[in-house]
Amino acid sequence: MTDLSADLRVRHPGFTLEVSHVFPGQGITALFGPSGCGKSTLLRVVAGFERGATGRVAFGEEIWLDGRRFLPPHRRGVGYVFQDARLFPHLSVRGNLDYAHGRAAARAARYSYGDVLDALDLGPLLARRVTDLSGGETQRVAIGRTLLARPRLLLMDEPLAALDTRRKGAIMPYIRRLPEVFGVPVIYVTHALEEVTQLCDRIVALSEGRIVAAGGVAETLERLDLAEVQGRFEAGAILTGRIVAQDRALHLSRVDLGGVQVEVPQIALAKGAQVRLRVRARDVALALERPRGLSMRNCLEARLMSITPEPATAFAEVLLDVAGQHLRARITRAAVADLGLAGGQAVLALIKAVSFDRQALPRDRSADAGPP
Amino acid sequence: MGLPDLGPLWLTIRLAAIATMILLVIGTPVAWWLAFTRSRLKPAVEAVTALPLVLPPTVLGFYLLVFLSPNSALGGVWLAATGTTLTFSFTGLVLASVLYSLPFMVQPLQGAFESVGRAPLEAAASLGASPRDAFFSVAAPMALRGYLTATVLSFAHTLGEFGVVLMVGGNIPGRTKVVSIQIYEEVETVNYAAAHSLAALLLAFSFTVLLAVYTLNRRFPVHAGRS
Repeated sequence: MTDLSADLRVRHPGFTLEVSHVFPGQGITALFGPSGCGKSTLLRVVAGFERGATGRVAFGEEIWLDGRRFLPPHRRGVGYVFQDARLFPHLSVRGNLDYAHGRAAARAARYSYGDVLDALDLGPLLARRVTDLSGGETQRVAIGRTLLARPRLLLMDEPLAALDTRRKGAIMPYIRRLPEVFGVPVIYVTHALEEVTQLCDRIVALSEGRIVAAGGVAETLERLDLAEVQGRFEAGAILTGRIVAQDRALHLSRVDLGGVQVEVPQIALAKGAQVRLRVRARDVALALERPRGLSMRNCLEARLMSITPEPATAFAEVLLDVAGQHLRARITRAAVADLGLAGGQAVLALIKAVSFDRQALPRDRSADAGPP
Repeated sequence: MGLPDLGPLWLTIRLAAIATMILLVIGTPVAWWLAFTRSRLKPAVEAVTALPLVLPPTVLGFYLLVFLSPNSALGGVWLAATGTTLTFSFTGLVLASVLYSLPFMVQPLQGAFESVGRAPLEAAASLGASPRDAFFSVAAPMALRGYLTATVLSFAHTLGEFGVVLMVGGNIPGRTKVVSIQIYEEVETVNYAAAHSLAALLLAFSFTVLLAVYTLNRRFPVHAGRS
């Protein structure tokens, strides 16, 4: 496990990227932020494609950039999956894979050519021309090609951005498994929060060329004011729990959060499976007594921890404790006043079942495990 | 009257073939540099390489004559080293042809490299390919159509040169007498039949080569990135 340490600056006209961070040599780290925040530039500096950077980049003991020292990209052992895939059009799928395999560094291989074909289901595509592949197939081939070069670190630059929702859903499980199956740490650039919550272990949030937050996905997203990072995404909270019941007729799953249960649209997993749910603050409403005749499926007992009015807006951010986990609600300041809300108060949090983002968690990831 | 002497035709083809091969070697790095440089010198270099397109061949020929003559620095060194002159020799003609056809090699290659772009080269580097490896395994195959066009245009353009040859090479049979000059000479001596057969041969040859290139291009399109 080799860490990547970066302490660097890039100055472009009207834009400065200034970043100092150590990326751990395991799991998937999201590099998250809006377009133009510098996340792709940072990734390109790490790969060695951006020559204008100053500072220091080191992979373990190996120095990639330091003053005049510059290790060219082809000697870094870094894999790069581009948003536009960049398969070589003059080669077939097999030709593209062989290109990488033939140039792979003589590092001890933890996996074979066949393992990569199997993991990404590339066998049926081998004879195809790359120009005849669908968007999802193209990205699978690009990921496979990169793995065959045996990278020590895998950089992915919005690999799903060009795909529609259905194709994204199809390829995400492949990406999720990369660190476990191939033993390679991943830095994953994205501006889509759903990709962060569904794929990543850690998040580094960038805004206007600076890191504004970094840490585990659940706790960082909980405290990060995402409106600051990206206007169209609001802050939310991550809840972890376990599936306790499946209603196949009504297509619902019941998830236990540790004493409190929520009902969400069906998650295709067995009972007992751990899941991670993300709830946007704006999808949570508060009530003082249990309402009747309401379509909202989830009414959770919560304790009000804090109320933060947003200056110069109609809104306030309310932090809640639900069965020991944090939940955020975004309500109007007028509602805070009308209901007489105050810290420590017992309230009911109302959440529509449709507003959950859902992610399955592998069983062995104890670090992210929710309540038993 | 009678059949024309075919010697000048072979000389011309030999000249065009050698000049084209030299141009492939020289033109590739020049075109590569022009396609990818951010240097402020780029417009100047572009202008110089395009000069032969607009200059009258006699102007180019005149300056070549001046710079290649045994009295000049270059011509003098050449004479001292080899015992022969650059002017009125086959070597001088090759040199002149390379300059004369330079834009026909550089411009299509530059366009092809630009349309390949940096993106596939970055992909190749991320897969462990050195810049040299990436050029031969990715950039050159992707720019194949550009190479085909550049080669054919350079060859055909050299085949048809007249003014420069006349100034630098003169009209020495077996050494500098190329087919375009022979045709001119036949016309001057009112030997229209010989002029006609040579002209028709050149016309048919050029047409066939171009037709072959365009047909191949159509049947086996070279996928060159975004182009």
